[in-house]
Amino acid sequence: MSASVSPKPPARDPAFAARVFWLSLALVVLWPLGVATEFRPWVLWEPDNRKVTADFVRSFWPLVHTTEFLQMVLRETWRTVAMATAGVTLALVLAVPLSLLATRVLSLSALSGRMDRGPAVLRWCVRATLIVLRSIPELIWALVFVRVVGLGPTAGVLAIALTYGGMLGKVYAEILESGEAHATQTLMRNGSGRLQAFVYALLPSHAAELASYTVYRWECAIRSSVVLGFVGAGGLGQQLDNSMKMFNGGEVATLLLVFIALVALADRMSAWLRKVLA
Amino acid sequence: MTSFAREAANPPYKLPPPIFGARCRACWFTAALLVLVVASFVSLNLDWAAFASVEAARSMGRFVAEFFPPDVSPVFVNKVAWAAWETLAMSALGTAMAAVLGLALAVPASRLSTQDPAWLRSPTRWLLNALRAIPELVWAALLLISAGLGPMAGTLALALHTSGVLGRLFAEAMENVPTGPGDALRTQGVGPLRVFAYATLPQVLPQLMSYTLYRWENNIRAAAVLGVVGAGGLGQLLSFHMGLFHMNKTATILAAMLLMVACVDALSFAARRGLTR
Repeated sequence: MSASVSPKPPARDPAFAARVFWLSLALVVLWPLGVATEFRPWVLWEPDNRKVTADFVRSFWPLVHTTEFLQMVLRETWRTVAMATAGVTLALVLAVPLSLLATRVLSLSALSGRMDRGPAVLRWCVRATLIVLRSIPELIWALVFVRVVGLGPTAGVLAIALTYGGMLGKVYAEILESGEAHATQTLMRNGSGRLQAFVYALLPSHAAELASYTVYRWECAIRSSVVLGFVGAGGLGQQLDNSMKMFNGGEVATLLLVFIALVALADRMSAWLRKVLA
Repeated sequence: MTSFAREAANPPYKLPPPIFGARCRACWFTAALLVLVVASFVSLNLDWAAFASVEAARSMGRFVAEFFPPDVSPVFVNKVAWAAWETLAMSALGTAMAAVLGLALAVPASRLSTQDPAWLRSPTRWLLNALRAIPELVWAALLLISAGLGPMAGTLALALHTSGVLGRLFAEAMENVPTGPGDALRTQGVGPLRVFAYATLPQVLPQLMSYTLYRWENNIRAAAVLGVVGAGGLGQLLSFHMGLFHMNKTATILAAMLLMVACVDALSFAARRGLTR
């Protein structure tokens, strides 16, 4: 411990050996991953690939701005928003009853010690349903529904409704259980029904949080309804897919810009609403 | 309601409350919400008949019945296992690249000291927002043109989208760090690069790691479906067999996907519980 004696700090990095060791270990771990993903970035620089890419990127400008195309873009943008809104509405229809069923705070039998066997099993089943609904990605639901109801927004709305129903239901139940349960339990102990206890005690204390989570999910639904268009559920995504397949760079660039603007707008709107609701 | 004065000639409780006051923000908000919802349902003209009819129920039943029995021949299970490994590798490599790229972009995107002019801050933040606004799947579809079909396009797509997300989170973490250690070095005349390496980075590193791990968890889920546009992993296998109506094989792939997502969820839940206890 001669640090106090030494007149000047070490000129070399004291942790140099450790840094080199961790860096080389990381490279050794990343190597098999690169092999598995066929990661060969130099492929991007091969002459024919570079030419295709350059041609595609060059065709981004000028943006396509014929009236006809812009009208179509406007229509599809609205459809994207409408798909997200309708999907989240249906998800609420699914999520609200299920989350009420799943909430442990609203159990009458749990007021005095343990919950009864029947309600406990029911709550567990509802929770499992919500988790299964949530864990299947909306894109997979959409692929399945496109097969059943055909191409178009119905498949997208149903996909959003199921996945988001699961997400909202699970998070609603968690939010309702997170706070102080005293008021709710007092009401129920004094003979109020469970729905009354929910409306007059549980809901008022969590309303802001529930509403702001719903708005946040609506914002996410707008983003994912664009993605759903890629499997044929209509909206901006489907147009983007079509334009990309035809290598029409101008259309792709316009659609991407519109999409970025839409996401930014939804982001602002959701931030503002959440601030107002809080 | 609040507009009534307490000293009003009529006691306020005797007046009926206005149902829709011009100053009631909640009323306007509810009305706007209703209009939005109704307009959405009306303009989409959803095809309920095709879905809620007996005919549709029957076709749905037939569709589900075709899934059984799932194909569990060793050859195919091997193929699915390889695709699952590919998905996992895509997500890990994509996240690792995104962490490096995100850190590289977060430095110009943050104001590390009060003297820092940070004139690159807004343009870099715009770039990060653009990277973040375009979903992984759209990036993958775009990258297919230059990288070709296969997992590399998916990996790059994950890397680009995630670097937008991580870059923004990293920049905010670095701006919120206490400036004391950095200022101490700076007054000694140490250059900005070494201030960053020895003062800023060590302080934010744990937070950066936890953001990266969180995004990795998200990316495993994203990588599983990314292949639907042809960018490798389980998704590519799924869209291939679904397109050819190999329903038994599709069932196996779907089961593998669900198993993977469930494992990731369970692991992350256990890790979170272990860390917060």
